[in-house]
Amino acid sequence: MATTSMKMTSMPKRGKQGFTRRALLPYMYLVPAFAVMAVITFYPLIFQVIISFTDFQTKDLLKQLASPNLHQIGLKNYIDIITGGLPVQNFEFFRVLTYNFWWAITNVAVHVPAGILIAVALNTQGLWFKRIYRAIYVLPVVVPPLVVATVWRNIFNEQYGAMNQFLTWVVHLFGSTQVIHLRWLEEYTPPIPWLLPNGPLPLAYYAMMIANFWLGWPFMTLVATGALQSIPKDLYEAASIDGASSPQQFWNITVPLIRPAMVPAAIYGFTLSFNLFNFVYFMTGGGPARSTEILVTFAYDLVRNLRLYGVAAAFAVIVFFVALVVFLITNRITRATESYAEA
Amino acid sequence: MSTYKETTKSKNLIVRFLNMNTSGEVGGREFPLWKQILMQLLALFITAEVMFPIMYVITMSLSSKTTRPSSLELFPKEISFVAYQQVLDHPTGNPVTFIELLRNSFLLSVGVGLTALLIAVSAAYAFSRFKFKLRQVLMVLVFVPLLMPAIGLSTPLYLLLNSFRFVDCGQGITAFYPITSCAAGVTGKLIFNLRDSLFGVGIAMIAGALPFAVWNLKGYLDTIPKELEEAAMIDGADPNQVFFQIVLPLAVPQLAVTFFLGFIGHWQEFALPWLFLSQPKDYTLSMTLYNMTGQYANSIPWNRFAAMAVIVALPVAIIYVALQKQIVSGLTSGAVIG
Repeated sequence: MATTSMKMTSMPKRGKQGFTRRALLPYMYLVPAFAVMAVITFYPLIFQVIISFTDFQTKDLLKQLASPNLHQIGLKNYIDIITGGLPVQNFEFFRVLTYNFWWAITNVAVHVPAGILIAVALNTQGLWFKRIYRAIYVLPVVVPPLVVATVWRNIFNEQYGAMNQFLTWVVHLFGSTQVIHLRWLEEYTPPIPWLLPNGPLPLAYYAMMIANFWLGWPFMTLVATGALQSIPKDLYEAASIDGASSPQQFWNITVPLIRPAMVPAAIYGFTLSFNLFNFVYFMTGGGPARSTEILVTFAYDLVRNLRLYGVAAAFAVIVFFVALVVFLITNRITRATESYAEA
Repeated sequence: MSTYKETTKSKNLIVRFLNMNTSGEVGGREFPLWKQILMQLLALFITAEVMFPIMYVITMSLSSKTTRPSSLELFPKEISFVAYQQVLDHPTGNPVTFIELLRNSFLLSVGVGLTALLIAVSAAYAFSRFKFKLRQVLMVLVFVPLLMPAIGLSTPLYLLLNSFRFVDCGQGITAFYPITSCAAGVTGKLIFNLRDSLFGVGIAMIAGALPFAVWNLKGYLDTIPKELEEAAMIDGADPNQVFFQIVLPLAVPQLAVTFFLGFIGHWQEFALPWLFLSQPKDYTLSMTLYNMTGQYANSIPWNRFAAMAVIVALPVAIIYVALQKQIVSGLTSGAVIG
């Protein structure tokens, strides 16, 4: 590293003064960004840690750390969050944590295979109207997730929503006169109780999976299509001459060759789902009874509605460490698949 | 960089497979009609899945019925722009006009996007082109906030921005907290609270946008070949000239892409404005959309909500369609020829 820098910097000959100016130059370029970040990122981060050890509440807003009502309470906020000692109903840290992971993993587990299969189907040689289908399938990527969530929320409305109306229509096709009234977003009783016993999955979870499926697979199809088109056709021709069947070709050529592109996409999808604030907040707001709450929506609720600033700060610190662990794991997976190419 | 890797990878595999089969005879596979029909049915089914919510919301927005839908309608029976007109005239029960909402949304997304870009570009250049002692440490420092979900910094930013306020203490005295305060015992009248203003929200949003912009731009600058700069250096240009006259012009496409990507995100920003702002005159379009669903929306006809949803979605959709070309040209225009 040092040798390359010497090569770059020593090209025009200058005196010692010029050299120190050279050495300082990169820092000059960094000043604007770091000056701003110091004020609005690093200082707030430190401030966050400080108030996470206090019982900061609304009454301390004006005088902040100088407030006479503010008490240093050590690790109490952290302990309360983890042991469930918060003055908040229906909150249990490990249930929310498990649900959060489950939510992100199940989303990716559905989006990636669906995305790949649809991409493979679209990539079939000789398929008619391929371009039209591609143009349509990309639409969900284009619509802002915020709007998608609000629209799906209305679709899942118990009385006037399109989903119940659609199901009623389907049931009528089979001769029944029943009117479907599923309480998609309000029903608390889990339809499949043994799934994730730690945190029962209400109907709202399935509603959100459906809505997020709509939102999620087209991106995976985009990535998979790009990867598929970089696979040389000769491979398939060679394989079929050797007598490999279509499923064999899929598992032995397609899957290994698109894996390097799909793993980062899956990890991106995982992190995105893991912190999918707008979507969850707009669809259910974490309800019913906090059963679809993820870490970020609960963190937000602590500040926005409960106004427990000290607890919220402690919670954000915990969320940071969860995010760090997630990053370290996903980073390791990405690296492992990078070296796969040479193996 | 990754694409380069991929091609070399697949080349190796091609070579491997070519060694197995060197005959030039290649039989094009037949695609029988029954398979074509089956695939068409599948494709149409997926099309229906994709179009279902889109048609639903568009049909609803073009309806003049203010009652909630009693049956499923996916194709417009009438084309009426009443709902759009009502939304443009008087979006919600709040005393705020559509133009104000639009202005607030645009001010926030454009302001935050441009500011973050301006601040980020020189830092991205430093990380991309210079080797210096603290490089690794400083890069990690920029990267750490990216790990944090955006909500993570909202508590301290709320509290810190909330402490900046102008207060009218009476008798013509204005106090600027936290530097000066009213005399003891005087509460005074709050004139301006940085937290409860678009400016304050913008500051908080920049905290999230800046690290992203630095990383995105650094990634792009890394792909611009160094030859141009080295040639300019030999011709006697100093690093500042190289930055302003060579690197910046080359980076313009990527600056635009980064700006628009940021714009798409900021346009949908909801959490921070919803937390910070309390006055309807400062509300943004996404906050209004939220107000039109769920518990707050009992009085709002669904056709108006649908019209609002379409309006909020439009700028993003338009940018995406326009951006497609930008991304492609941004990737291909990194020419060494100069």
